[in-house]
Amino acid sequence: MTFSPDKLNKVQEIIARYPEERQKSALLPVLHLAQEEFGGWLSVEAMDYVASLLQLEPIEVYEVATFYSMYNLKPVGKYVFEVCQTGPCMLRGSDDIIAYIQQKLGINVGETTPDGLFTLKVVECLGACGYAPMMQLGKFYREHLTKEKIDAIIEECIQNAAINN
Amino acid sequence: MSVKLLLDKANIEGIRYYDAWRKNGGYAAVEKALKMTPEAIVDEVKKSGLRGRGGAGFPTGLKWSFIAKPEGVPRHLVCNADESEPGTFKDRYLMEFLPHLLIEGLIISSFALGSNVTYIYIRGEYAWIPDILEQAIAEAKAAGWLGRNILGTGFDCEIYVQRGAGAYICGEETALIESLEGKRGNPRIKPPFPAIKGVWDRPTVVNNVETLTAVVPIINMGGEEYAKIGVGKSTGTKLISACGNINKPGVYEIDMTISVEEFIYSDEYCGGIANGKRLKACIPGGSSVPILPANLLLKTAKGETRMMNYESLSDGGFATGSMLGSGGFIVFDEDQCVVRHTLTLARFYRHESCGQCSPCREGTGWMEKILKNIEFGKGKLSDIDLLWDIQRRIEGNTICPLGDAAAWPVAAAIRHFRDEFEWHVLNPQESQVRNYGLAHYADERNVVA
Repeated sequence: MTFSPDKLNKVQEIIARYPEERQKSALLPVLHLAQEEFGGWLSVEAMDYVASLLQLEPIEVYEVATFYSMYNLKPVGKYVFEVCQTGPCMLRGSDDIIAYIQQKLGINVGETTPDGLFTLKVVECLGACGYAPMMQLGKFYREHLTKEKIDAIIEECIQNAAINN
Repeated sequence: MSVKLLLDKANIEGIRYYDAWRKNGGYAAVEKALKMTPEAIVDEVKKSGLRGRGGAGFPTGLKWSFIAKPEGVPRHLVCNADESEPGTFKDRYLMEFLPHLLIEGLIISSFALGSNVTYIYIRGEYAWIPDILEQAIAEAKAAGWLGRNILGTGFDCEIYVQRGAGAYICGEETALIESLEGKRGNPRIKPPFPAIKGVWDRPTVVNNVETLTAVVPIINMGGEEYAKIGVGKSTGTKLISACGNINKPGVYEIDMTISVEEFIYSDEYCGGIANGKRLKACIPGGSSVPILPANLLLKTAKGETRMMNYESLSDGGFATGSMLGSGGFIVFDEDQCVVRHTLTLARFYRHESCGQCSPCREGTGWMEKILKNIEFGKGKLSDIDLLWDIQRRIEGNTICPLGDAAAWPVAAAIRHFRDEFEWHVLNPQESQVRNYGLAHYADERNVVA
């Protein structure tokens, strides 16, 4: 388990942002890189690799990886729907959107479809309250969600997966 | 009528990029500031009356004047872009659409504070925004506004963007510093304050995105002119991110002289309540501040018109008032259930508690459990008093303000909507199929209509 040369350069670039001996500050950004590189989640091996890169004790990495909600500690589907359920989204119907996605994908919150394509997560406020209901999908937000939009997003993911395979 | 100091250029095509920004007066403030002394810049900010726009409203110039300057120890400015308070999405707008406004503010503020390396700590979920900021930084650097010996002044400055990874608590400045050091976001016990010992034990100032962007018009127009806008100690303009059941959710810049009623009903702002419904309640300053029923929102307990500024929104204290907070303005229509909403907030704070202090760690989970029981028809009348008791014991008994932030929404919901909680308990079946509705909370004008 190693990073590509590109990613290794990126790690060095990140470490250079901090004072000497303070490479631990690179931990959050490097864990993001590791999650991207190693299939969307952080295995113990991936975390140990990050520890060795930054010359940290493995426990220093585990305690951080378990604290922040964006690090996945078990495998997830190719497309992760992270639907906001906090107050402002609730006022605009997020409960119905979550129920609809569950029914449409045939999975509960926290589960992944058997084909490994979709994972459904609920998350707390993502700072898009004026464009609610909304969810995060990969790097971007999908906002003003409706059932029709959910249908279209699922279709888009299925097609992208077919093209990428 | 409405003054715009931050969003005045928001609709210019290509304003996200350097050329358009520069052509429209961008970087004039940096040019001006770098000819001033750092002390003179701090003075202008003090004169402006600018108060921290993240939620606490602490005077920015005063905060800056606390920074320690020990010989040979580098100092740092850290921009708090960990915008996570439910209802708040104004910093995102600034960073996404006006990145150079923030970069300008950062260069000026870094110069004033003597920060040669400045960090923007942005919430991890805003995953596409670091690219926008890094491009703006690269453009500014290429044009000579960043890097070594800026404008021949001998001042060096680099700005780096650091992504968080999903933790509301990292918006608290000492938790943010811990996170920037690559640790869990556990707030530190103060003192020492960050101004003395911040990131890597160096003197540090942490300021919100909007606060730092406001430094640009302050330098351009002068602190005294800036202070003339607004009213009392609410100087300048404030961004309000409006959401919930309104016709026009979005980010608005106000000069803090307009009334809450105008803000909600005017077409210039929220455009009224959506779907022809009536106003029930509002959380005017982000999820942590007290919810107010419509009657107390539009008028203070003394019967005065409630205005959109720090003083007026907090008029009456927590008994009958609220706070301007972060400017996250959450509007409820008549169909909304206060119990259910309070439950989502209790769940939010339980999820976001870092777990260091037992009143917060245990109390937030306990409140969520009780609220869940009440919401799903399994509550007892004594649960309402128990909730009150728990929130009271969390408030003020934790290292950081997250405990207070979790306690206040529960307290205010019970204070103003106790009958709705009781109705849930006494009508367990009915409360599963319909909402309590408006009761006596309504804005009278709307009831008549």
